[in-house]
Amino acid sequence: MSAFGHYSYWITVLLMVAGLYIVIARGNLIKKLVGLSIFQTSVYLLYIAPGKLIGGTAPIIADGFRLYTNPLPHVLILTAIVVGVATLALGLAIAVRIREAYGSIEEDEILAADRDSEGGA
Amino acid sequence: MKRQMVLRVVGKLFIPYMLLFALYVQFHGDFGPGGGFQAGVIAAAAIIFYALIFGLPAARRLAPDPIVEAMVALGVLLFAGVGVAGIVLGGNYLDYFVLDGDPVAGQHRGIFWVEAGVGITVTGVMLKIFYMFAGRGRSLDER
Amino acid sequence: MTLAHLPALVVVVPLLAAPLVVLVRRAAAAWAIATAACAFSFAAAILLSAEVAAHGPMSYHLGNWPPPWGIEYRVDALSAFVLVLVSGIGTASALYAWRSAAAELSRDQLYLYYVMHCLCVAGLLGMTVTGDAFNLFVFMEIASLSSYVLIALGRDRRALLAAYQYLILGTIGATFYVIGVGLLYLATGTLNIADLAERLPQTASTRAVLAALAFITVGVSLKLALFPLHFWLPNAYAYAPSAVTALLAATATKVSVYVLLRFYFGVFGLRLVTETLPMAEILLVLSLIAIVTASLVALWQENLKRLFAYSSVAQIGYITLGVSMASPDGLTAAVVHLFNHGITKGALFLLLGGVALRAGGATMGSVQGLGRRMPLTSLAIVIAGLSLIGVPGTAGFVSKWYLVLGAIEAGRWWLAGFVVATSLIAVAYVWRFVEAAYLSEPGPATPGRGEAPAAMLAPALALAAACVFFGLQTSWTVGSARRAAELLLGGVP
Repeated sequence: MSAFGHYSYWITVLLMVAGLYIVIARGNLIKKLVGLSIFQTSVYLLYIAPGKLIGGTAPIIADGFRLYTNPLPHVLILTAIVVGVATLALGLAIAVRIREAYGSIEEDEILAADRDSEGGA
Repeated sequence: MKRQMVLRVVGKLFIPYMLLFALYVQFHGDFGPGGGFQAGVIAAAAIIFYALIFGLPAARRLAPDPIVEAMVALGVLLFAGVGVAGIVLGGNYLDYFVLDGDPVAGQHRGIFWVEAGVGITVTGVMLKIFYMFAGRGRSLDER
Repeated sequence: MTLAHLPALVVVVPLLAAPLVVLVRRAAAAWAIATAACAFSFAAAILLSAEVAAHGPMSYHLGNWPPPWGIEYRVDALSAFVLVLVSGIGTASALYAWRSAAAELSRDQLYLYYVMHCLCVAGLLGMTVTGDAFNLFVFMEIASLSSYVLIALGRDRRALLAAYQYLILGTIGATFYVIGVGLLYLATGTLNIADLAERLPQTASTRAVLAALAFITVGVSLKLALFPLHFWLPNAYAYAPSAVTALLAATATKVSVYVLLRFYFGVFGLRLVTETLPMAEILLVLSLIAIVTASLVALWQENLKRLFAYSSVAQIGYITLGVSMASPDGLTAAVVHLFNHGITKGALFLLLGGVALRAGGATMGSVQGLGRRMPLTSLAIVIAGLSLIGVPGTAGFVSKWYLVLGAIEAGRWWLAGFVVATSLIAVAYVWRFVEAAYLSEPGPATPGRGEAPAAMLAPALALAAACVFFGLQTSWTVGSARRAAELLLGGVP
């Protein structure tokens, strides 16, 4: 059972680390947001995968079923998804404004522009 | 894109069914997968689909800006209003048990109105985000 | 609207004010609704604080579902204290924003500023009052998202990049927190904070609990700007609108400290935090580095807002130093400094905003000879600066006193000396202001004679006066902090 049975956790860890790496390693503002989304998706998997009980049915009371999967993680993750969508929308809006203000969405170009304007001003 | 006949015809065929599906998802939230957020996104997707084919000004005539912004606020007020109704009727905040004589019927009623509020807000927010992003960088008469 | 519903109403009223302001688009009505909502929360927080002091903790069951199935709102000595701070600063900032935001934003966007202000205050209050770990995350994100928007409203285009960096780091922090809560939920099956505290000692999956402790620490540390996760703070505070800087500097990081305290001592317990994992030592080392490096960097800043932003990082180091002592005096120091630093930095940034309004910026050049041009503002900045240093008679002294007491009690005399020595660095950067304002001639960037508008000056002076008041009349702050510390330490062994 050991390592392969926990494959959902392995995928969670992989997504988590991949998302964090993209946020840190990529200088493009949009790519950072994509990495952030991947990181948040791994968290959804972390909550939902253990919620399913083996042999459990959908969590709606019906005759003949005694074991139901846990509905609470689904509710929590719906909320978390909404929060993630709002964060993504806000991040993209700020990126659009940065593009209009600086003309670029590469972080190193923006920081260079700031350094130049600060040195000159 | 509105000159493409296939897109125009198929779009006009699909959009009513998309809106109907959004309503289905909205009201079946306590029976199956669904609820306010998913329904709101599907409804907004229908109108965004319309905007993609027929252009942003046409969509803005269909769902004007003041109405969209009002939807955002009204949904939240509806949700919070259900909560305050719980207090006024003698229970705690967001207490659904007191909304009807029978506590179970009260739960149904509370969830119905709360999800309606969520659906309205989410539709408004998604449309507003689309209008904001798509309307940027265009000349004023095209907006 | 009886006292029993106040734990919910203190959050619901600002939350309801936000969509109301969206519907009412006029700037004046928007300001009125926002200020009224924050003032109601302030009054409610004071009432709750008095009630909790008299009768003990209050528990409110949302939706009438009993905990641990339902979400519980819990007001006890610690959360009531933080509620008063947050709602007070929220009201002061809303009053101040009438002139300050109007000067920095376009008139037809002004109502959106007040929407975000209401949401931020509602989110921070909700974080403080809730007793459910996931509900805390929801409110944390409400507060954070609205603060990203508020920061991005700054006039300088660098505010946009500051808001973006804060968004990335803040979302990573919140997601780490959610991972920690998820691991706790998987280990115990509950999300209610009080219930978690009961079930954690009995759980078998200790490794998951330790991982959860690590994740929650990192996540909350990103939010409270503990060194080395503080990089978003100087830019965010420097380029945001003045009212926003005051609001965030005085509340956002403090509520994150509250979350840290609640989880460390209220959920994980003293034994887990100090013996099983060396969290106290780690916090101690990071706090020391934060205090020294941030104070030193503050010395070299030209932009006054940036200078005091780095000073904030150092002061947060003092708060976490108190937390790391994990003793009654140490925790009292941490909680009392949470409040004292809140009002001190709130006063400072409101005053600097007045200078920025009159001078077009808040740099060392703008305050040359300020003592003659804006005497009240300069005097108040000096008073707040004295509170930062910890001069006896000001609020800052009370916190440092308890820090030194806690250090001596733990037998660490070098730590007591360290606290005193680093206060001297604060003397250096406050002296830079005094020298510029009182001992220099007015320069080209200094504003003309005349104070900031009354609507801006009044809340700022009130907070500066509070620095002195709570330095002399310490019974309420220290009493509340002591009760909070006893509550935290008496909880889980």
